[in-house]
Amino acid sequence: MEEKLLNKKIELLVIGGSAGSFDVLLQVIPKIKSDINFPIIIILHRKSNTPTSIAKIFSSKTNLPVIECEEKEILQPGTIYFSPPDYHLLVENDHSVSLDSSEKVNYSRPSIDVTFKNLADLYHENLAAILLSGANSDGAKGLFYIKRNNGITIVQDPAVAEIKFMPQQAINLFEVDHIFNIEEIINYINNINTTLN
Amino acid sequence: MKADLIKEDELHILLIDVAQKYGYDFTEYSMASLKRRVNRLCLIDKHKSFAELRYRILNDEEYLSRFVEEITVNVTEMFRDPSFYKTIRETIIPELATHPHIKIWLAGCSTGEEVYSLSIVLHETGLLHKTLLYATDINPSVLEVAKQGIYAIGDMKLYSENYINSGGIKDFSTYYSAIYDHIKLIDELKLNTVFATHNLVADRSFNEFQLIICRNVLIYFNKDLQEKVLTLFDDSLENSAFLALGSKETIRFSDLESKYTQIGREKIWRKNC
Repeated sequence: MEEKLLNKKIELLVIGGSAGSFDVLLQVIPKIKSDINFPIIIILHRKSNTPTSIAKIFSSKTNLPVIECEEKEILQPGTIYFSPPDYHLLVENDHSVSLDSSEKVNYSRPSIDVTFKNLADLYHENLAAILLSGANSDGAKGLFYIKRNNGITIVQDPAVAEIKFMPQQAINLFEVDHIFNIEEIINYINNINTTLN
Repeated sequence: MKADLIKEDELHILLIDVAQKYGYDFTEYSMASLKRRVNRLCLIDKHKSFAELRYRILNDEEYLSRFVEEITVNVTEMFRDPSFYKTIRETIIPELATHPHIKIWLAGCSTGEEVYSLSIVLHETGLLHKTLLYATDINPSVLEVAKQGIYAIGDMKLYSENYINSGGIKDFSTYYSAIYDHIKLIDELKLNTVFATHNLVADRSFNEFQLIICRNVLIYFNKDLQEKVLTLFDDSLENSAFLALGSKETIRFSDLESKYTQIGREKIWRKNC
């Protein structure tokens, strides 16, 4: 079992965050190596009428392409995708993105739980997920669902999170694989699919 | 959080059943969303198995209506994306105004909030009297709500803010009267509006328009169906007419791309002459 877990390839990394996560991403994204061989999806709660494009903000801080998802976008390795505000983000079997403007879940659209569940069903053990700071319980159940589908589950250490509620909810719910500070999160991402991980 | 009751292969079986028996064809909808909607319905209605859901749908026509209503998304609001309505008001309306008669199709109008938003803009720009507005949806029950023009009073604060942000200049409350916890929009707004069922998957073009608005409908379709529906819109638009889509939808990658020019930053395109 241990052997199998060590050798599994991560095909997608998903990061969920709410209040206090933007600053974490500002620290993490510039440090991600430009040769990663998997796509990253980021589900971030934010105001729906934000005038500046989040993709623009992060594009200037990394060599990786940063995209705010449009309909039927095909996920590419080495690319960072942000969920657009006011849509749930789902991935189809052909790895294209479907957006969904249906009811809010956990008072949130995008909802982290919605995307986590969809990705767990699609990627199973080839999925890694990180849940960051937040004042909302969105994401905890979805992260547990990822764990039950043999994905890797990581939360930001509540002790260092700006708002510890969201990662703490996951820790209270089940035994997460890793509780990481920001440095450890960066190290983890940069070692995905390398011999070290 | 539980694993889905209805698996994807079962969903396909069900969709083919529904298409054959009732003529509602959802087989080309985007599967990730549809799977989520169907499983959500099973949770709400406490179905225990795929067989149970399938039996109910195929033997209870009333339940079929509920199925259609629940798996199609009917989340909408008045003046959704205010900047979109600002562009309609400031850029599209002056072009439409040059026509002696205006025909507009709002496809997938759901419970009507965007129909009345458009009527208000047409009213304030003096074009409502010479406009014929077709508001269509696949789902008869949401059209009934749309026809009534009665909405929850609690939403009016947001709608009023959206209205002001879209360039509205009046007191929004002049457009409705309050009845207990609901509001009724003034009848004048739906004077030249035809509410009718239309299924974008199966039905043909029924007129030629100067503007078609279809927002957050194509996101629920797969690529092939998106292309078919965009072609249907293309066939239903006069030269120099406008096509308006949802904020994350695009005609990029479709056959229409070379024939249309985007208007500014909004998801509005003009058909080339």
